[in-house]
Amino acid sequence: MEKSFLPARKNKTPRSSWKAWIGVVPFFLFALLFLLLPSVRLFVGSFTDNSGKFTLDNLIQLFTQQTIIDAYKISIQISAVTALAGGIFGFMLAYSVTVGGLPKPLRSALITFSGVASNFAGVPLAFAFVATLGRTGFITAILKNIFHMNIYQEGFTLYGFIGLCLTYMYFQFPLMVLIMAPALDGLKREWKEAALNLGANNLQYWLKVAMPVLLPSILGSMILLFGNSFGAYATAYALTGGTLPIVTILIGAQIRGDVLHNPGLGYSLAMGMVVIMAVSLGFYSWLQGWTERWLK
Amino acid sequence: MNLITKIHKVPFWSWFWFILGVLYFVLPLYATLVFSLQMERDTLSFKAYESAFADPEFLKTFTYSIGLAIMTIIASIALVVPTAYWIRLRLPEARRIVEFITLMPFVVPAIILVFGLIRIYSAPLNIPFTSITLIPPLTNFKVGTNILIIAGYIVLGLPYMYRSVDTGMRTVDVRTLTEAAQSMGANWGTIVVKVILPNVRTALLSGALLTFAIVVGEVILASFLGVPAFGPYLFLLGQHRAYEPAALSFTSFLLTWAAMGIIQLITGGQGQTTGAH
Repeated sequence: MEKSFLPARKNKTPRSSWKAWIGVVPFFLFALLFLLLPSVRLFVGSFTDNSGKFTLDNLIQLFTQQTIIDAYKISIQISAVTALAGGIFGFMLAYSVTVGGLPKPLRSALITFSGVASNFAGVPLAFAFVATLGRTGFITAILKNIFHMNIYQEGFTLYGFIGLCLTYMYFQFPLMVLIMAPALDGLKREWKEAALNLGANNLQYWLKVAMPVLLPSILGSMILLFGNSFGAYATAYALTGGTLPIVTILIGAQIRGDVLHNPGLGYSLAMGMVVIMAVSLGFYSWLQGWTERWLK
Repeated sequence: MNLITKIHKVPFWSWFWFILGVLYFVLPLYATLVFSLQMERDTLSFKAYESAFADPEFLKTFTYSIGLAIMTIIASIALVVPTAYWIRLRLPEARRIVEFITLMPFVVPAIILVFGLIRIYSAPLNIPFTSITLIPPLTNFKVGTNILIIAGYIVLGLPYMYRSVDTGMRTVDVRTLTEAAQSMGANWGTIVVKVILPNVRTALLSGALLTFAIVVGEVILASFLGVPAFGPYLFLLGQHRAYEPAALSFTSFLLTWAAMGIIQLITGGQGQTTGAH
């Protein structure tokens, strides 16, 4: 571990002896057994053919097999739509309770509710939306009885693309609120005063001062929302029963019983997903760091 | 007073977005509540709740899930607290790698994690290039499956538990506390259990409640590992019943609400969020 021939490091914390590493062995052992090994297994599996030899076929099939391309397409569409819509809506909400001039108590109420809603997902969330927008749902009934509009005859269905997007929105925009509220708090009052004193109007202040500072954070958060819905499985499964073939649903089917008729392809499907999640998380933290430089 | 300041007195758009948000939050919950109360014709009653709670299968799966949650919380604290403590005290250079590991669950969604876990632990885990079995196939027996699922839940809760504990330790002077305890003759075990743990109890409670919220309704790991937990039960109930699932959905919303509400209270509004979708 130690490279004593190197000059002393510039930071103040001295290198600990190898003995100190014993203290973190349980943690690393746990991570190795239940996080790294499973991940490595999927990684190795995605480069292995049925007879156990190295192959790139799985990777190539990932980009050529129509079922998989379609699954990625739908997953990416759903994630992009809900990240964009949830991001904008969440930003507007965070704006309204921070610098938007609403009474203070509403802010903590909204933050608390966002904390709950961003954690309220999976099966109960799907059932809640069935009760709201299902065939006999609450809003469906209101639209039918009061506005004489039968949305299910107009082509709407909760159990498809739009329905899933509306349902995902329930945990997407609260997450945006939770990330953006502190960022909006960080906007310094002096900036606005300075801008207004120099003759700018409110719109100019937002376009030329506030937005450039916040933009990386907004983009980063939307990318995080993208990953957030990309990895979702339970909500989609409970709502559509697996009929909408998004990537996670396809992986689920593959675990239950090799629907792709190629175990290696299942592994590379999973790896493709991990790559997308990793890229989005990386972008998020990179962009977040960009904004924090200003808001600190 | 010019027009702009007048408009700003009544923040119309702020109210507009806020009310829209409230509607989005409340309508599905209200619809679920109303629906769950309509089991008896032409009257509102708690019949669906009575019926749902009276099902012995509900009690069994729900207590099972709570048991899993408690085991997960205990194991998670036992794993995270000494590690975070040790890193603060003795091993600051391990911080980056440990933080990286605790963030990995964000990149590996539950469905991928369970995929990997099943592939690894449905066969005996041997020491490489030998036939010496290190771990027998965990998915083949009950205790093994329970260990596997609790380990999986620890992984899912790791980002929240670690961050919560680490933040908690930042606010207390771990080094001074340790030196004081050592000078009075305490050993490492005593220091962690009697000095460090009580000082980070708020952080522990917040991490524990988040873990609880993740585990109790969790459906992906539970259903793929074939464990009789509450999540899969609720899902199956939804296939052939109408009102009881709504009642249980509303109940589980109240549970999430309670867990998050307590966290908000004890941490003073530093909201966290999980990713168990």
